[in-house]
Amino acid sequence: MRPAIVVEQLGKQYQIGTRENYDTFRDAVVRKFRHPLARKQQPPTFWALRDVSFRATAGEVIGIVGRNGAGKSTLLKVLSRITEPTTGRIDLFGRVGSLLEVGTGFHQELTGRENVFLNGAILGMKRAEIAAKFDDIVAFAEVERFIDTPVKRYSSGMYLRLAFSVAAFLESEILLVDEVLAVGDASFQKRCLGKMRDISTGGRTVIFVSHNMAAIESLCTRCLMFSQGQLSADGNPHEVIGQYMAANLSTQAPSRDLRDHENRHSGMKQLMRRITLLSAKEDPVSSVRMGESLSVQIDFEAPDHPIRPTLEISVKNSFGVVVFSASNRVMSQYHFERSMKRGAITCKIPDLPLVSGLYSMDVYFGEEYQALDAIYDAISFEVTPADVFGSGHIPTGNEGTIFWPTTWSVSSDFPGEQTSQ
Amino acid sequence: MHRLPRKQRHMSSTEKWLLLQFETCTLPAHSASPLEPVLTIRASSKNVTLNLAEVWQYRELLYFLIWRDIKLRYKQTALGAAWAIIQPVLPMLIFTLFFGKLAHVPSDGIPYSLFAYAGLLPWTYFSNAVSNSSSSVVANSNLVTKVYFPRILIPISGVLAALLDFVVASSLLAGMMLWYHIPLRLSILLVPSILLLITLFAMGTGTLFAALNVRFRDIRFVLPFLIQFWMFATPVIYPAALVPGRWRWVLALNPMAGMLEAFRAAIFGMPQAWTMLIISGVVATALVLYGAYFFRSAERTFADVI
Repeated sequence: MRPAIVVEQLGKQYQIGTRENYDTFRDAVVRKFRHPLARKQQPPTFWALRDVSFRATAGEVIGIVGRNGAGKSTLLKVLSRITEPTTGRIDLFGRVGSLLEVGTGFHQELTGRENVFLNGAILGMKRAEIAAKFDDIVAFAEVERFIDTPVKRYSSGMYLRLAFSVAAFLESEILLVDEVLAVGDASFQKRCLGKMRDISTGGRTVIFVSHNMAAIESLCTRCLMFSQGQLSADGNPHEVIGQYMAANLSTQAPSRDLRDHENRHSGMKQLMRRITLLSAKEDPVSSVRMGESLSVQIDFEAPDHPIRPTLEISVKNSFGVVVFSASNRVMSQYHFERSMKRGAITCKIPDLPLVSGLYSMDVYFGEEYQALDAIYDAISFEVTPADVFGSGHIPTGNEGTIFWPTTWSVSSDFPGEQTSQ
Repeated sequence: MHRLPRKQRHMSSTEKWLLLQFETCTLPAHSASPLEPVLTIRASSKNVTLNLAEVWQYRELLYFLIWRDIKLRYKQTALGAAWAIIQPVLPMLIFTLFFGKLAHVPSDGIPYSLFAYAGLLPWTYFSNAVSNSSSSVVANSNLVTKVYFPRILIPISGVLAALLDFVVASSLLAGMMLWYHIPLRLSILLVPSILLLITLFAMGTGTLFAALNVRFRDIRFVLPFLIQFWMFATPVIYPAALVPGRWRWVLALNPMAGMLEAFRAAIFGMPQAWTMLIISGVVATALVLYGAYFFRSAERTFADVI
């Protein structure tokens, strides 16, 4: 097979704190005066990536999983030349398109048309190339009528569609994608992504970072797991995701502080303060028996402006597949009497129909249709086996994730034939 | 090229985008993956190169960055592009009143207002170009952290975007020359070369400050003062003739001094002070090279520090 990306002994070292602390002239000057001969003191460092080696062959679609800070985004930044590696080397066999953000360089004051050209040029397209594809880009985004309107007047949906469209027409042999699909609808993503596996027999190589395990599993031909800057697993997506979820689910507690949760979506406000799982008796629990009820309580604080909270929870199994979601918006139970600056919202799930196993929960918090705060894998819990039907048998997860009561009957002849005589 | 079949119309753009990604997988254009690496990335050595070839490769992006700067500069201002003229005209009026009328500063035998405007015009260009480009890298941090291109394009575009204002404001200089019946001399043909020198020097200064500004945000505060002092150290509103001849080389160590004098001499057809221009040119070239190399070596850590 032809190689597409060869990464050897790649390492990236950061100085701790360089992101927050700007040097000032004064510091630099004072340091020089006090210790004119001393070299600059070495600040503490850490390796965001260390000794990473892998090869991708042309046409492979590689998913990358790992907790926040595991080195996924750093890897994409190094691959796309935004930042330099400290050690090691990378060989790239083809033009690289990187999509680390949707709509990089979009400017609110410019019209849709102007932004298409600007964004295209920033992504590395030639002017003639953009001009040739312009009509298709606009048609694809379905914003023909507003193409000469400044994008600040666009709805957020239109804005995203247009930004996506430009990226969609980027042609490169290697494509690096970071989490940008998070804005999409998971089930459709999955269907589309599934199609990719069938056709990606040759050609484009994709590296895809996501927290959406279902998307990775159905899209990717291979999966790499990173932890603490190192490549900790490399193999088929199903197995690697299993390992990742197992590592993620191993820390169970009935309650978690959400203020500094490592899995908060980027750009979100820190409104959710704490998540607590409660049993039917309202005791905090980290495990629940099959068929018992479970409540999820989120403490929130919105100091800037009072809100009528909406909450969506997505319960995922140990392979990262969403089993079900629940939302008070869908249930039309969010027209609370008054807006609140702080409070707790509780979702009660009566008779939890999950088979035994480990589960985790994504939480999306907001107001009406607007998402304000989102955390994936906010908390995990265990469902323990129980004789839910009182039959002496325990339903297992061999053929599914949920159990459901059924009633059965049998007759000595064929009821259908009797009536048709 | 990618017309969508009817059944896909109801899909969201994300879905369509994904679908397109899969479909493009089979496009023949992508199947030809080269056998030799197109690009090798590794920690760069201490020796930096200017790599102007790469800048040339990205010239279309440079064009779009300049175009964006120009497009956005006077958005949501009541006076719009008139600011290009107002910026040099207001100081001209003030200096004409205080320096010309009250203090009787000499002006090489040219009406003081015209003399001052012919100095303020290139000076305003230079100072706008330097302040644009000095803040440009920090102002474009969203690009620097999300996509690769030669970073030096950013301060360069900041300088070139200021050139349009210069052109607009030049129209007033032409008008004033007509008004005062100043004849056009052949020496005016030198103006483009002098303008090129000023532009290069602004790029050198701008890239240096832009790179410093990424690490030391103090630059933002230092710069306005620096530019103000710099103006008084430059024969903008007074002639270089005010400085005794044997000390004039000191004045010329400031590259803007030689260039400004040369600009005015070319416009009004006065004798060129070549020694002064050459000293200024040499100092400017050294600063430009230093600025560009400094930027290239600093840019490696931009994405990590910004």
